[in-house]
Amino acid sequence: MRRRERHAGAFRALRTQRDQTVNDHPSDPLSIAHSAAPGAGSLTASAGFGSLLDGGFRILIAGAGLSVFALAGLLGWELYRGAEKALSRYGVGFLTGSHWDPVAGRFGALPFLYGTFVSSTIALLLAFPLSVATALSLTEFAPFWIRRPVRALVDLMAAVPSVVWGLWAMFEMVPWLRQAAFPFLQRAFGWIPLFQGPIYGVSLLAGALIIAMMITPIITSLAIEILRAVPPMLREAAWALGATRWEVIRVAVLPYVRSALVGAGVLGLGRALGETMAVTMVIGNRPEILLSLFAPGYTLASVLVNEFAEATSEEHLAALFEIGLTLVAVTLVVNFLARLLIHNIPFFFAPRTLRTQPMEGER
Amino acid sequence: MTGSAADPKRTALAGGALPQKSQPAFQIEDLHVWFGNRAVLHGVSLEIPARHVTGIIGPSGCGKSTFLRALNRMHEFTPGVRVQGKVRLFGEDIYEPRVDPILLRRRVGMVFQKSNPFPTMSIQENVLVGLRLAGIRNRGLLEERLEEALRMAALWNEVRDRLHAPGTELSGGQQQRLCIARALAVHPEVLLMDEPCSALDPIATAQIESLIRDLREHYSIVLVTHNLQEAGRTADFTAFFLEGKLIEFESTKKLFTNPSRKQTEDYLTGRFE
Repeated sequence: MRRRERHAGAFRALRTQRDQTVNDHPSDPLSIAHSAAPGAGSLTASAGFGSLLDGGFRILIAGAGLSVFALAGLLGWELYRGAEKALSRYGVGFLTGSHWDPVAGRFGALPFLYGTFVSSTIALLLAFPLSVATALSLTEFAPFWIRRPVRALVDLMAAVPSVVWGLWAMFEMVPWLRQAAFPFLQRAFGWIPLFQGPIYGVSLLAGALIIAMMITPIITSLAIEILRAVPPMLREAAWALGATRWEVIRVAVLPYVRSALVGAGVLGLGRALGETMAVTMVIGNRPEILLSLFAPGYTLASVLVNEFAEATSEEHLAALFEIGLTLVAVTLVVNFLARLLIHNIPFFFAPRTLRTQPMEGER
Repeated sequence: MTGSAADPKRTALAGGALPQKSQPAFQIEDLHVWFGNRAVLHGVSLEIPARHVTGIIGPSGCGKSTFLRALNRMHEFTPGVRVQGKVRLFGEDIYEPRVDPILLRRRVGMVFQKSNPFPTMSIQENVLVGLRLAGIRNRGLLEERLEEALRMAALWNEVRDRLHAPGTELSGGQQQRLCIARALAVHPEVLLMDEPCSALDPIATAQIESLIRDLREHYSIVLVTHNLQEAGRTADFTAFFLEGKLIEFESTKKLFTNPSRKQTEDYLTGRFE
């Protein structure tokens, strides 16, 4: 008890010393000791300047933090103001209407919602298993010397600009899909309605494929980080029991990171929903809901980038603003769900709560 | 109970002759280990007797953990590690190409410095995971082994009513005993223990040490420890390592009371920089 008081006292003394040094009132005994030391004057002066700098820095940082709120507020308000007319005029019908004809003044956003959801979902279904498998091979199986270069390559691919992917997809992927892949799929799975109808090349499926290619490096990169965060001692425990490599993954690794990987997938989905340029270049841009994946489609982001420049009527512009608002809302909901997963599912990014002992002494 | 000098089993064995040469658990000949270009073990030769506790002592960085992990080929998962020399487990060279390290590790169990139960598994699942990996599905056998392993690890009475609770719910000492039970459930022949008590409080340490002394009835145990008292209390034989070399290997009593090498004496008396 007494020791704690003494500590508190010393702490108080230090605090007063600091305050008074700043105020140039060295009445505290500790400060006197300080000013008696050689060069004390210069020390006091620099401390004063330092604390001034510190205060300025704090204001700067606080300002930067607050500007996030300001930006978010501005964005929301601007989108809302732009979309106000459309909101009041079409109401819920905007989201359920399936005809989009700016010339006739008909604005129903359902084809875009459908295109966005279908292309993103297919992309995620393709990208997620591939990403997890890649990450597992790079953390558990691949020879050590190959892991680092491939990881660097994955990160590099995550940084390739959207429009470059789009260019490649337009000139290489789409012709190949039209001539080889889609006819093959139609022969093999033509009895499923999803693979029926005429083949143009540009299509919902082409859009989904390019999104999948773009989010695979991102999910892979996240998954690698997640897998590398698995405590080595869990793997060792499994190895020491005579587990094979696959069994180590099944017993020690995957149970530990399961929900973290789901979270990585949802973050990838967030990227997929907002993906614009490359998708616009290959999806066909036709605002229709067609069951066939070979048929052209349209997404929320694509219609924005295509029509904003040529929107002349006020209604058209307001409708496009509402599309933007919808896209933001959809992305927010997905991100919110991701965060819910991160925080509410046990074992998600929270190995610390699992440890019942301090970690020091660990290799 | 807590490893006092009056423990009859220990005094009966310590100071006795080396056990019959015919059946050592491990015969290690000229074992070298490199981490990249750095040699960590320089030609260690040692015979580890069966059904006894062999303690490995030495200052930090002397290669005692490296030595231990060479005995079940755990180094294979660390990049850049090279092992050379012969290690025979009951006569079989474990580094021969035709040896399956998976099967080897089922015969040579391991307990780590830090208790590491699988956090997503219950107590029961933790104990039985090794058997499930070995493909055993027989419920009766699993239940039998579960109780047997937990009893051997002196944990049964504490957890029998909550076998389905997460393993991480247990206290530190209980978790370490759970890990011992997990290693014992597969019926290994040898148990390697890498400073199993270094993260535990004195009471939990005493429990584990007394457990180690009991396990000697059925298992050959290699115990790495940086705690001299622990080696003195638990080990029948003790090997002293220094800078990657085996300095002395003797019965614990002889090594602690009358070491033949000066370096051993210096280390035991703390006259070691």
